[in-house]
Amino acid sequence: MKQYLSFFRIRFVGGLQYRAAALAGIVTQFAWGFLSVLMYKAFYESNPDAFPMEFSQLSTYIWLQQAFLALFMPWLFEQDIFDSIVSGNVAYELCRPCDIYNMWFARNAAIRLSNTVLRCMPILLVAAFLPAPFKMTLPAGWLNAALFIVSMVLGFLVQVSISLVIYISAFYTVSAQGIKMLSITLTEFLSGAVIPIPFFPEAVQKVFNVLPFASVQNTPFLIYVGYTGGVQAGIAIALQVAWLIVLFAAGRLLVRRAMKKVVVQGG
Amino acid sequence: MIELKNINKTFRVAKRNAGFREAVRALFRKEYSYVKALDDVSFKIGDGEMVGYIGPNGAGKSSTIKIMSGIMSPDGGECVINGRVPWKQRKEHVREIGVVFGQRSQLWWDVPVIDSFELLKNVYKVPDAQYKKNYGELVELLDIGEIVRTPVRQLSLGQRMRCEIAASLLHSPKILFLDEPTIGLDAVSKIAVREFIKTINRENKTTVILTTHDMQDIEALTERIILIGKGRILLDGSLDELKSRNSGKKTLTISYVGEKIPSSDKLTVVKDMGGHAEIVIDSSEISVSDAIAAVSGAVEIKDISVEGTTVDELVVSLYKEFRI
Repeated sequence: MKQYLSFFRIRFVGGLQYRAAALAGIVTQFAWGFLSVLMYKAFYESNPDAFPMEFSQLSTYIWLQQAFLALFMPWLFEQDIFDSIVSGNVAYELCRPCDIYNMWFARNAAIRLSNTVLRCMPILLVAAFLPAPFKMTLPAGWLNAALFIVSMVLGFLVQVSISLVIYISAFYTVSAQGIKMLSITLTEFLSGAVIPIPFFPEAVQKVFNVLPFASVQNTPFLIYVGYTGGVQAGIAIALQVAWLIVLFAAGRLLVRRAMKKVVVQGG
Repeated sequence: MIELKNINKTFRVAKRNAGFREAVRALFRKEYSYVKALDDVSFKIGDGEMVGYIGPNGAGKSSTIKIMSGIMSPDGGECVINGRVPWKQRKEHVREIGVVFGQRSQLWWDVPVIDSFELLKNVYKVPDAQYKKNYGELVELLDIGEIVRTPVRQLSLGQRMRCEIAASLLHSPKILFLDEPTIGLDAVSKIAVREFIKTINRENKTTVILTTHDMQDIEALTERIILIGKGRILLDGSLDELKSRNSGKKTLTISYVGEKIPSSDKLTVVKDMGGHAEIVIDSSEISVSDAIAAVSGAVEIKDISVEGTTVDELVVSLYKEFRI
């Protein structure tokens, strides 16, 4: 365990170095957040009944999304890992007395967390002090707040396990570029990062909701704004746990198979 | 104790001819050829030995290292290192080995070297006292005290390589694999690295297996060499043995004062420009000291150098002999 904590630490500390990038990120996310809020406002004004949730709930959803972007975004990969597989540098990592899956898991989790730590506070603070329908509200209730925290941790872990599957696929395809692009687009769309899942037609929602991608940001954010609660929230969290187990097992299985047939590239 | 028995490894290599049409065709039908990277490789290396593993590019050196370090499994054959099969008991095995791949880096790019060291300490679970001792020794021997606090991206190649080597030894491995450790280094760094390798082999009885194209490395470091070509072990013996196989001829370059040097049946004067001469002798017929005595009897020697066949030439002649 201590080994993996040190991988976590070195990546976390490394990520904290890039303050200019964090600042640029914050600015971008503010801009993006405002644009989204204003765009939805226009839709709401034309027909408020066509929407599944209150406008203030949606604003909160968007600000949560922007604040915790790094935690859930499908495109947050460590290019080093892909490069190391393609160039054969992974040889060194295979020479270590530790589990490569756990090691990469710790590293991916670390960059996500270090990015989030740098970025979330300013966004949350400013969003909390915006005028009424545009601002980020408090959680829908004490129970929702508690469930939100549990679900948030789970969603984060599910996203890391999805990322891990993509890393490992590089062992099989030589260049992971294709699968990376595909997974990023699919995950963004299916996880509700582009349009929140409740905004989709009901039949589509039914399918999306059981896919692993809905277990990433959709579940915790909807719990926070109070869109899901009670039994429904319980079911959603159970689904998160199930997907986490499945993805974790799949990732480990893929690693084990890759190790058996691995060809380290280069002389 | 390292023991390899009849190790085989074949790679599948995708091949196509040049040109657009061929590229399109390869989309539908890929052609592969099979390359035998290792063909019946067997050898034994005892504890504390220092072995040079040489061969031309693509001979199978790195493949052997990869198999011995547990990151690749062979198609057939046995490999037992300190009682373990490397690719089957990878975790236990790698705890006892250190590896330096000269063309790759194990240090974290954007943090100071010392952070990478601390990480490795935790990865290998090195006890504090042992880490402190090893760290102190390595920093002193490799002279990296000044640079461990610098981020790796700002180090020169020579500095980085010294740190890489230190990183591979923090957990006091019993066996050290060095895959081209001096590649691209300047003369000073090369000598520093060689001296260091010698020291740890002598002091800590670390088994060292070294692959290199730099024959000075081999000459400075190893007693025993294993020559591999086209995946087969061609030669396994001491460097002296190898030299004596080929080192009949020696060249004496002499600056002198006096008359011209007379040729005799044992001394062949190949060039004499009056004051400067080159003499070739066959050391199986006349010893170098006798030859010098003979020459100094005739003229007054101002300067002299004796050159045998260099290891470089030796290796080239070996490559030729085995047609690799």
